Amino acid sequence: MNISIANSSPDPIYEQICQQIKNAIVKGALQPGELLPSIRNLARELRISVITTKRAYEELERDGYIETVGGKGTFVSLHNTELLKEKRMQLIEEKISDIVLEGKMLNISLSTLHKMLDLLYEEVQ
Amino acid sequence: MDNVLEINNLIKSWPGFTLNLESLNLPKGYITGFIGPNGAGKTTTIKLIMNLIHKDSGQIKVFGQDNIRFQKQIRDRIGFVYDEGYFYEHLDPVLIKQIIAPFYSRWDEKAFQHYVNKFQIPLKPKFKDLSRGEKTKFSLALALSHNAEFIIMDEPTAGLDPVFRQELLDILSGLMQDDTKSILFSTHITSDLQRIADYICFIHQGKIVFHEDTDFILNNYIVVKGPNELLNEKTRSLFSGIREHSYGFEAMSRDRPEVRGLMDERVIIDRAGLEDIMLYTVREDSRV
Repeated sequence: MNISIANSSPDPIYEQICQQIKNAIVKGALQPGELLPSIRNLARELRISVITTKRAYEELERDGYIETVGGKGTFVSLHNTELLKEKRMQLIEEKISDIVLEGKMLNISLSTLHKMLDLLYEEVQ
Repeated sequence: MDNVLEINNLIKSWPGFTLNLESLNLPKGYITGFIGPNGAGKTTTIKLIMNLIHKDSGQIKVFGQDNIRFQKQIRDRIGFVYDEGYFYEHLDPVLIKQIIAPFYSRWDEKAFQHYVNKFQIPLKPKFKDLSRGEKTKFSLALALSHNAEFIIMDEPTAGLDPVFRQELLDILSGLMQDDTKSILFSTHITSDLQRIADYICFIHQGKIVFHEDTDFILNNYIVVKGPNELLNEKTRSLFSGIREHSYGFEAMSRDRPEVRGLMDERVIIDRAGLEDIMLYTVREDSRV
């Protein structure tokens, strides 16, 4: 995992850390169940304050990306509902754009596509 | 949360200056930066904590104990870096170490040797012939060599070049791996503190201006620049240290969202650094 902090960024340092850890999790650079560095260790490596690092971890924990197991450390979440949802939404978006593309090639109007979607939405249990 | 230092209603006055710290608590396990212009009372506060000068009234507790009644036990657990010569000026560093080391119950000779080598402190010349930086480094080596739980440093980076200042910051963040250690660090070189200090305590004219976590400060304090016509009673009340010049104004605010709401796209809003905060606050106070 790489974390680089920009001093000139308008984003606060803890947000930069959050975002980069989230990216690492989404891209698979950090695997579910993987142990993260301790708060104090990460603070030292990045030469930032302990409180800043703590805030970043708190936010990641609140969003379900990581979990702290008392006495053992902080791990990438195994059951990351929000993340899974995000990934699935992405999948749905991809499929819909395929449909839109196909529809456009066949000159099917948007309203027709909407009607098809409405029908199917009702039909499928 | 455990506090390593608790100060209540501390008063110390000299003719023309009064230090009056109503309440200051430093949580254990963190680095606190102590900032303020020269003459704000930083060194006085630190001397009072170390019981090197007498207070007029109030209370100071270190490790939960009264700093005067338990002075001996407390000093054993404090690493003190102080830039005035309280050492025996005419002796060489090795002799000074031999005099000082026995005062500490947990003296660690190996650590001392490690720091002397690391900092490349010359051991031969008399203490008074060392450079300012070498004196500070020596004082630091002593402070780090007796397993102190609370490191108090008065302007440790003054007289040090940027390379060593960085090295010092590395050592300090190394110490913080242990969550029972705490650091109080006074400086006017605020760039040293901006990233590694967990909390900042800012004093001015003997009083605490604020004591807040560094992230909060850096995310909320802003420097605003824009055309003078945007200044009115309402906007002025949000600003401190306003400077108006022929082409516009500049000022500091601690209320980013409010300022954003009241100002238009003609203003520039920059994040304020600790140095800006110090400058604008001092400017505001000297206006009154």
